[in-house]
Amino acid sequence: MKISIERGALLNGLAKAQSVVERRNTIPILANVLIEADGNEASFRATDLDIEVIDKAAAQVERAGATTVSAVTLHEIVRKLPDGALVTLTDDGASGRLTVEAGRSKFSLATLPKEDFPVMATSEYDANFSVAAPVLRRLFDKSKFAISTEETRYYLNGVYMHVAAGENGQVLRCVATDGHRLARIDAPVPDGADGMAGIIVPRKTVAELRKLLDDDDMNVAVSVSETKVRFATPHITLTSKVIDGTFPDYTRVIPQGNTRRMEVDATEFARAVDRVATVSSERSRAVKLSLEEDRLVLSVNAPDSGAAEEELGVAYSDEPLEIGFNAKYLLEIAGQVDRENAVFMFNSSGDPTLMREGDDDSALYVVMPMRV
Amino acid sequence: MSALCRDCLTCFETGTRCPNCHGPRVACHPELFELSIAHMDCDAFYASVEKRDNPDLVDKPVIIGGGRRGVVSTACYIARIKGVRSAMPMFQALKLCPDAVVVRPRMSAYVDASRAIRAMMDELTPSVEPLSLDEAFMDLSGTQKLHGAPPAVMLARLIKRMDDELGLTGSIGLSHNKFLAKIASDLDKPRGYSVIGRAQTTAFLHDKPVRMIWGVGQATQTALEKAGIRSFNDLLRWERKDLGARFGSMGDRLYFLARGQDRRRVSANAPIKSISNETTFPDDTANPDILDGHLWRLSEKISDRCKARDLAGRVVTLKLKRANHTLLTKRTSLRDPTQLADRIYQTARALFDQIGNQGPYRLIGVGISDLLPGKQADLSGDLLDPQAAKRTGAERATDKIRKKFGTDAITKGRSFR
Repeated sequence: MKISIERGALLNGLAKAQSVVERRNTIPILANVLIEADGNEASFRATDLDIEVIDKAAAQVERAGATTVSAVTLHEIVRKLPDGALVTLTDDGASGRLTVEAGRSKFSLATLPKEDFPVMATSEYDANFSVAAPVLRRLFDKSKFAISTEETRYYLNGVYMHVAAGENGQVLRCVATDGHRLARIDAPVPDGADGMAGIIVPRKTVAELRKLLDDDDMNVAVSVSETKVRFATPHITLTSKVIDGTFPDYTRVIPQGNTRRMEVDATEFARAVDRVATVSSERSRAVKLSLEEDRLVLSVNAPDSGAAEEELGVAYSDEPLEIGFNAKYLLEIAGQVDRENAVFMFNSSGDPTLMREGDDDSALYVVMPMRV
Repeated sequence: MSALCRDCLTCFETGTRCPNCHGPRVACHPELFELSIAHMDCDAFYASVEKRDNPDLVDKPVIIGGGRRGVVSTACYIARIKGVRSAMPMFQALKLCPDAVVVRPRMSAYVDASRAIRAMMDELTPSVEPLSLDEAFMDLSGTQKLHGAPPAVMLARLIKRMDDELGLTGSIGLSHNKFLAKIASDLDKPRGYSVIGRAQTTAFLHDKPVRMIWGVGQATQTALEKAGIRSFNDLLRWERKDLGARFGSMGDRLYFLARGQDRRRVSANAPIKSISNETTFPDDTANPDILDGHLWRLSEKISDRCKARDLAGRVVTLKLKRANHTLLTKRTSLRDPTQLADRIYQTARALFDQIGNQGPYRLIGVGISDLLPGKQADLSGDLLDPQAAKRTGAERATDKIRKKFGTDAITKGRSFR
């Protein structure tokens, strides 16, 4: 194999590969990126056996072929090369080395045979559809904070993507929860998604997918089967296993009968929560919300370290209410609001509270209160 | 020389017999009335309690331990003559001493006895650091004016009171730091009273083996032996920095201990780092129902202890020992600290399910660590487990019933498995 490729394009391809590669590997080949050159493009493939990413880039292919080298090392080398350099990768097959040349720099890297590289089996997908990048970005960005890290409930370690019945017909829905808060984000259902199986997209896949979605004008082809999901753009294909488990019935978690409505400027609210929580020394920083007509008092009382109080103007016309929350959870859900005021729907101090943006039901959050 | 009769507490100049009662139990040491750090260790504590409560056992060898499969937790001195030692497997102990009476431990009786002893120690000094039910460090510095007698006398009086009022005997080690006091209490057990003075410290340690150091187990001992260190004398030849380089944080301690120096204070409230409990089965088992019953009972015990000390933990650990003695442990962190038996059980159970069936097992244990004050426990519920609130309520109600009517007043069916 011998190819020449522009440094920027190569760096891009390798960046995706090296982020999929696990830092601590017991299987050496999994630390490598598989470089394949054919026609007038080169592809870079990396896997951790659960996720596989393939990035294609235009290259001058002098001699077609394939080899594998350490993803992290090659990425580091290319990153340190000067901008605009033309990089030549040569693998003579016999020496077991890949030569990397750019300008006056020359490197020689150990390779492993391409035959040893585990290529994820292609499978049949039950549903194929296309989603605009901003839509997919919103679905995952607004839900991922609620993904659980608890190993014992592994089926919560991802985002549950499925087609559900919304208020106005079917929607493509992403749900994540860790038992303390829950996010439910809806988007119009794309053509071809109707019959898709509900899948739990693992946390790492969500993070990798996010890197594909920076370009606003792009459409992402999504393919779903019971065991796998694939996200593809013209250059990049991300294939991932899905979490083998049953996502709990989240619908019964979403409170229906919460009637006490509070509307507040989300940014002001988040800042105030952040300020008062500073005095709390406990790990679970509890913030108390005391509501009266059009007035909210946020307070923290930590006997060991101090107390704090802040008053906010809000729209509230129900009976007075006192309810406590973990400050971090409040901050996170308030941080999801990007357009309008945050609307909180309370029931009692012991029941889950609902939050949404204005009266828009396409992004719903539920948070569990805390005794204060 | 200063001397003290341990029976009638008479102090005198020197001699091997008490001038007052002519008893031979005399403690005699030049620094006797100057030392104030003590270690008290009860003699065959569990066995002594059993013998006290059941006079039929007095002249019989008694072994305290659980079941055919368990290990000896305590052997009385009669059984020890035959070679029975604590931590020895029960079958081996019974081979050595076939006529031994094996008694199942009655923890509540031992806890009561321990509390009574603790109360006596608390009368001597506020600095009591219990190491377990039957041993404790005491710092009696500065108490001479208060008691009108030097520490040595007060300690002899403590042992006498334990014997007179509780029918239990103990041994005293008196020295100038914890390390030496602990060594001393072990020197002439049972009913011992040993003193290691400042002047004799180096000479005393000189040829003693380093395994005497508390915390030097088999692994450290092997490492020390590799470096040619067997006795304290060998240690003295090492520079401080060399010991540090070779043995890490242990090195510094070794350097000072080798010189008989130990700056650790007797601290009354050493913080608890973890709470755990484990059971060895009479027969290896892979039966998930039996194991589940154990999980519940262990979780409940831990929860009881958390509640009693007003603590809550964030990390739950499950420990399983397989039939071939390989150990499986798994732990997980909770978002909110808990002290509820239900949460501990649910978490341990999830860990158990993750391990899968690798049985049969011979031991199961549950522990909780990363402890915080109890008021931070269980502050928020679980969205996905709406029943949890009900179970929590039930558990709190159960606790109240038990407080009023005793532990057996109400029990979960699960614990009968």
